[in-house]
Amino acid sequence: MSVLEIKDLHVSVDTELGSKQILRGVNLIIEQGQTHAIMGPNGSGKSTLAYAIAGHPKYHVTSGSILLDGEEMTTLSVDARARAGLFLAMQYPVEIPGVTVTNFLRTAKTAIDGSAPPLRGWIKDVKSSMSALRMDSTFAERNVNEGFSGGEKKRNEILQLELLKPKFAVLDETDSGLDVDALKIVSEGVNRAKSNTDLGVLLITHYNRILRYITPDFVHVFVAGQVVESGGPELAVQLENEGYDEYVKASAAAAAAIASAEAADAAVTSAAAPAVNA
Amino acid sequence: MTSATPAPTTVPESTVPDSTVPEAAAAAFAAPAGGHRGEPVGSKSHTDGAWHEMPVQTRSERYASADVGDFDDPSGHEVDWKLTPIKLVADLISGPLDGSPYDVTASPVDGFTLSWIDRTDDRFGSAGLPEDKASANAWSSVDQALAIDVTGESPSAEFVVARSGLGTVARGAHTVITAAANSRGLVILENSGDARLTENVEIVVRDGAELTVVSVQEWNDSAVHLASHFAQVGRDATLRHVVVSLGGSVVRVNPSIHLSSTGSNTEAYGLYFADAGQHLEQRVYIDHEAENSRSRVKYKGALQGEGAHSVWVGDVLIRQTANGTDSYEENRNLVLSEGTRADSIPNLEIETGNILGAGHASSTGRFDDEQLFYLQSRGISEEEARRLVVRGFLAEIIQKIGSDAVEERLTRAVEAELVDAVAGFAADGAAEGAVA
Repeated sequence: MSVLEIKDLHVSVDTELGSKQILRGVNLIIEQGQTHAIMGPNGSGKSTLAYAIAGHPKYHVTSGSILLDGEEMTTLSVDARARAGLFLAMQYPVEIPGVTVTNFLRTAKTAIDGSAPPLRGWIKDVKSSMSALRMDSTFAERNVNEGFSGGEKKRNEILQLELLKPKFAVLDETDSGLDVDALKIVSEGVNRAKSNTDLGVLLITHYNRILRYITPDFVHVFVAGQVVESGGPELAVQLENEGYDEYVKASAAAAAAIASAEAADAAVTSAAAPAVNA
Repeated sequence: MTSATPAPTTVPESTVPDSTVPEAAAAAFAAPAGGHRGEPVGSKSHTDGAWHEMPVQTRSERYASADVGDFDDPSGHEVDWKLTPIKLVADLISGPLDGSPYDVTASPVDGFTLSWIDRTDDRFGSAGLPEDKASANAWSSVDQALAIDVTGESPSAEFVVARSGLGTVARGAHTVITAAANSRGLVILENSGDARLTENVEIVVRDGAELTVVSVQEWNDSAVHLASHFAQVGRDATLRHVVVSLGGSVVRVNPSIHLSSTGSNTEAYGLYFADAGQHLEQRVYIDHEAENSRSRVKYKGALQGEGAHSVWVGDVLIRQTANGTDSYEENRNLVLSEGTRADSIPNLEIETGNILGAGHASSTGRFDDEQLFYLQSRGISEEEARRLVVRGFLAEIIQKIGSDAVEERLTRAVEAELVDAVAGFAADGAAEGAVA
């Protein structure tokens, strides 16, 4: 059984005003097959955690570890982490002009597996995943994310998740901007991946909504770059009713940190993707 | 010059001498009667220049002559030469040229004929006249022109005319491509090997014809090539014109496309990949003369290596007679390393407001790190990711050519450029790693 272990992770981010500390000692252990929800207010550093796990060059691990089955990930390149079994479903997937979905998927699958997938089985897999995600077959010949609506981009992320079969997936606000039908389709895709490959999921979200369709085993409250409380699914319900105020008020220092994290998150987000969720 | 309202203007009359502003233009800038209070629209100088000065010269009035003696030697400050390394091409501009016929390779295809014609032939000079000295020098140097006549009606018929090994002696050349009324076809001009060449290519697309002309420059590293293409597009006819410049030291291909008949249409595409020390230039001129004419211009280029230089100038003129014009031009450059330079200059002259559209776009940008991150996060190595992105960027143009064989061949040629370029990245990366 695979384990993803995050130990006392400290991460800073490059901003226009210099380097800013966002994560202040994150500890998490995720076993394969488990689903952990990370919930927190805007600017708490949730997306920073996602990017740090994937290895985005703007985020710097200043101390701590990310271990996949005991192997240190923080020193590996972005692509090596993906080949080791990590996957990030992005909040704002970028467009890749001139690269078709088909070509992209095959290139990625070949890179992950170390050899090209046998053609006939592969085409069948792509087709069945696409139809399960209610993606029109013309999608395959379109350029990656180019002219996709917000919902189409999210589905394309889940399509990759199903086909690349990672050990652990981080879903960064995959629910944001989805209407209820799209949310169901995307959630079904995640659940299929869970049952087919015993995927471990780190589900980052602001709202309880997606947790109606993807049942978490654990819920963690994330404030000011730290996990401040952990519990079962009932914690999500409590958060839905009471909000994050209690946690946020807990310390004035935390509030100050949020402001800075918010600024950093906003800077990164706007650089990464100006428009989303059409 | 009188203003129709007593509203104060911020530009004193004295700074706008009557003699420099024709009446029509003056009237256009005057505020409408009973209109705005305060400053009339257009009364303020535009921030990027003195709007009240007429352009030095409109594109349509550029001097043209077939006689090389009518042109002064360029100093390098002229608008059409200032971005070109003229010292490297001085012999082609004003030196003696060998204008004799050369070897061409072409397999016969139904619907196309290839021949050498005398300069007294009607086809010679049927599409335009030189507008710069290098073009006039070539024009004056030849006694014979290569004629390619398209008479077939199969849209997928392709005719490849290749020349290689033109040598290192300065030479002039002249080609005339004529597509008969209602004909269809694709003519591919392939250039490789050595060359010191200045040439003119005339393209006449008669009424109702649809012609594609692809000029591929895959010269040797030291080759120098200056080309002027002149095209006349007939009534309801279409010219698709594609310039692909990959190899050569200095390559300058300037297509002028005249939409001189009602409903004439052109799509002008270009693709270039400038390596270290390479100068690749293209000056595109689209002349909308007739009603309901349509043009699309799209040039995309990648630059890699110290001293890689690309020039794109896109002139579009929409004449007063060209009601219903639909026009758009764009240039995109992808900068892959330090030390490169991409000049990108769109110019629009619009003499009638009664048009469907006239737009332009230009961008020159670095490699997008977010694209790289996205691809890498799916397990794709950095090298492969860069290749995918650049290939994707340029593929858009290759896909416009409309010939599977040519598209495949050019994809491979671009791949070869990319392998070199990516090897450059790897070396850069290693150097950085060593310093760190």
